[in-house]
Amino acid sequence: MTALPEFGIALPEIIFAVLAMVLLMVGTFGRERSTGLVSWLSVASCIVVGFLVVATDKERATGFEGLFIVDRFAAFMKVLVLIGSGLSIIISLGYLDREKLRRPEFPVLILLATLGMLLMISANDLISLYVGLELQSLALYVLAAFHRDVLRSTEAGLKYFVLGALASGILLYGATLVYGFTGTTSFDKLAALHPADGVHAVGLLIGMALVATGLIFKVSAVPFHMWTPDVYEGAPTPVTAMFAIAPKVAAMALLVRLMMSAFGPLAHQWQIVILVISVMSMALGGYAAIVQRNIKRLMAYSSIANVGYILLGLAAASERGVQSVLIYLTIYLFMTGGAFAVILAMRRGGQMVEQLSDLAGLSQSRPMLALAMTIFMFSLGGIPPLAGFIGKIYVFRAAIDAGNLAATATIANAFYVAAGLGAAISVVSMFYYLWIIKIIYMDPPAAPLDRPAGRALTGAVLVTALFTLLFTFAPLVGPVVSWADAAAQSLVR
Amino acid sequence: MASWPVLSIITFLPLLGAALIMALPQSEAGVRNMRWTALWTSLITFAISLFILVYFDPKNPGFQLIERAEWIPGTGILYQKGVDGISLWFVLVSTLLTPICVVAVWESIKTRVREFLVALLVLETMMVGMFTALDLILLYVFFEGVLIPMFLIIGVWGGQRRVYAAFKFFLYTLLGSVLMLLAILAMYLKTGTTDLVVMLHSPFDRELQMWLWLAYFASFAVKMPMWPVHTWLPDAHVEAPTAGSVMLAAVLLKMGGYGFIRFSLQMLPQASEYFAPFMFALSIVAIIYTSLVALAQTDMKKLIAYSSIAHMGLVTLGIFTFNQRGIDGAIYQMLSHAIVSGALFLCVGVVYDRLHTREIARYGGMARNMPRYALVFAIFMLASVGLPGTSGFIGEFLALVGAFEVNRWAALLATTGIILSAAYMLVLFRRLFFGDITKDDVRAMPDLSWRELSFFAPLLALTLWMGVYPSTFKDLIDPAVAQIVEHQQQATGHAPRTAAVAPVAVEASR
Repeated sequence: MTALPEFGIALPEIIFAVLAMVLLMVGTFGRERSTGLVSWLSVASCIVVGFLVVATDKERATGFEGLFIVDRFAAFMKVLVLIGSGLSIIISLGYLDREKLRRPEFPVLILLATLGMLLMISANDLISLYVGLELQSLALYVLAAFHRDVLRSTEAGLKYFVLGALASGILLYGATLVYGFTGTTSFDKLAALHPADGVHAVGLLIGMALVATGLIFKVSAVPFHMWTPDVYEGAPTPVTAMFAIAPKVAAMALLVRLMMSAFGPLAHQWQIVILVISVMSMALGGYAAIVQRNIKRLMAYSSIANVGYILLGLAAASERGVQSVLIYLTIYLFMTGGAFAVILAMRRGGQMVEQLSDLAGLSQSRPMLALAMTIFMFSLGGIPPLAGFIGKIYVFRAAIDAGNLAATATIANAFYVAAGLGAAISVVSMFYYLWIIKIIYMDPPAAPLDRPAGRALTGAVLVTALFTLLFTFAPLVGPVVSWADAAAQSLVR
Repeated sequence: MASWPVLSIITFLPLLGAALIMALPQSEAGVRNMRWTALWTSLITFAISLFILVYFDPKNPGFQLIERAEWIPGTGILYQKGVDGISLWFVLVSTLLTPICVVAVWESIKTRVREFLVALLVLETMMVGMFTALDLILLYVFFEGVLIPMFLIIGVWGGQRRVYAAFKFFLYTLLGSVLMLLAILAMYLKTGTTDLVVMLHSPFDRELQMWLWLAYFASFAVKMPMWPVHTWLPDAHVEAPTAGSVMLAAVLLKMGGYGFIRFSLQMLPQASEYFAPFMFALSIVAIIYTSLVALAQTDMKKLIAYSSIAHMGLVTLGIFTFNQRGIDGAIYQMLSHAIVSGALFLCVGVVYDRLHTREIARYGGMARNMPRYALVFAIFMLASVGLPGTSGFIGEFLALVGAFEVNRWAALLATTGIILSAAYMLVLFRRLFFGDITKDDVRAMPDLSWRELSFFAPLLALTLWMGVYPSTFKDLIDPAVAQIVEHQQQATGHAPRTAAVAPVAVEASR
């Protein structure tokens, strides 16, 4: 054992942590004036570390006694998380100004949460998993309650904290069970353990189920989704945007790595469970969103439905499945981020408005914003030629493929039925996406929204809308798909 | 062979026009420029699309003008385009009708002109893209992409119940097409490719064929639309603005028929044979039932919409005869219906623009003050009924002969539909045009303007041309159909179902 562990392997994370600390200092001494500076520097940190992650990309390497892993899969996910965090900071700038929340802690908290996410993605042990997860969660609890003078925001923070702590507890309990029955917490050792050693012990299965439960809470899939609509509605909108993208990507990455590597040999045990969760999430997200009148709540249900589709890819428990998860997450990040950017532009008389009816007639007062929202909605509904469609194809392909390769006819049929249900439910979801488009284009105009929305926000809407619109074209879809393929291969060997 | 990518150019040129229109300023002059930009874009697209005929080799029954490139790496999903003797006509119909629609809405669309023209041009891209796609995923992208502009066209510029109609249209067709997507993916995972040309020669086992067939059926039956999943069509037609109705009737419905030929017939021959009696039954119900429903309509557009369903019933009947004449007839009927029903909806648009009602009872005696309009309407109405000398006759006759060779009772029942169609069309014509003018506003309506004549003229010429000299069109269709029939017989291992006349059919195709 060497005196110093291999720090080089975690270089991007270390640099990111240092940058976060430095920015915290800048913020502390610069007070509220420095918020803009700290925000832009935070975005720059995300970009720099993103490039660093790509530059230090390795096929597969572990460090810190196997606690920490770097592979293509981790690199892909980290880039997504960094894009998501950077995007959240950019779209929050104008909001902080107008709500008189100009505090430099905001971007710094996002950076710290992001650091937690990067650690989660690289976790290769139940211990490092928990450490990363908690670092992320603690920062996010504070962010949810950031608008501390607003009742709804503090309520959201408290709710998120209580339920999140419960989920963390369940996860930890599961981890102890796993450790107790197998004597190890390392993903690699867990993966190597079965099935020869006869470790199909009930205790291990229960442990696995509990750990997975904690993570399913974090990705807000049914039946552990209840906190999502309330927290999404109550939290300040840029925080909601952040919740909807970056932590979801990170938690999904963790879930995928845990299930595919540590519990990979037990795939036949958890596949059907994940499949059922997936279909339930799609269905609940699809049906419950229809009755929503608040656009943030609606987006919460929409994200639950999207998680359902992503889990369908995970349930396939194959390389194709993982690839579909990666591609779907990439697309989901951009279209959801973009939709939230549009929601952040919804201000009237200096106040944020968030009822669906406030969008009425947007096509006449703000044609470009309306067009962007329409693109996001059709994309979320999975209508070609928009990006969301590519995500759907990959997920369904993975599911049907899993059905074709399944060991028993029952499992095969389960996958076929799930794919069929997923397709049918996507029509239900389409209803409320269409409803938003209907409000934008076909309802008599409400009072116009405030202009201008702010340059940073407009830029974010433009970039995400163009990505969503043009993703199907070969120069954009090609590299993403190839990279996702390489990432999936590095995880599933 | 062409050395330049004709098909890609005609697919994406309208998008370029749409981008230009987006960039124009929002002023009176700007709006005028938008209309002209749309018109020129669509006219140039049409002119370029005529080059397909120049380069097309009529003797080759396979796909031509093929363009091929990798699309999504590592998946075998291609960007592949090409046309055969069947799809090329649908491409031309799409490119012909777009400029006509631009002219038709020149005066009637006054609000949000920019968005309307952009939607129309995007629609053209989707339609042309769909008929030229030779990759299943690519085809699906365009097939479903059509929904976006059409939803907006119906929902924004439609009539009273436009939102209801737009939602019904979108969700109905989407439910059908997501099942088709699963079928495409299943076929893809079986063969490892989505190349349509390869797929046409990949035999699937019988049980899988049944499932796939049903999934495709869900999609195309809704699109077609076949009884009993036709109910979205009357709503969509009635509420859509004129250009929307024209595109819907002329091109979007044909996607269903085209799909049945390409997917069901060519890729799943055994399942198609198994389900043929089922299709016959649905077709005949559609022909008779919707014709009767059409008789009872008081709304012009609804009447024509129901007549469309009846005509599409004849198409499915012809397709599932599996013989040369039946399929020829079905395709010809689709082309004829595209022109004729498109024109009929334009005719409705003409009076709707003047009086803003589609109630048949609100009109009457228009032959007196609008003789030119009456003549134009009469020709299209008779073509719709299938009068010899018009395009409608050829298609109906061939489809019925094809059906007669396979199943006499089916042919007999289907023929009653023709009689009924004469009944409702003639009744419509009498109520609109004959008798005295009792209403002052009807009397005050001016006859067709030059603008209106300009878009009826090419359609009139085509209707008569197709009726008098069908060889122009059939010569390109026949070899492709002969190949389909042959393939079908090989796959099902049956002797031709029309043994006695098969040599004649093959000879006719030469």
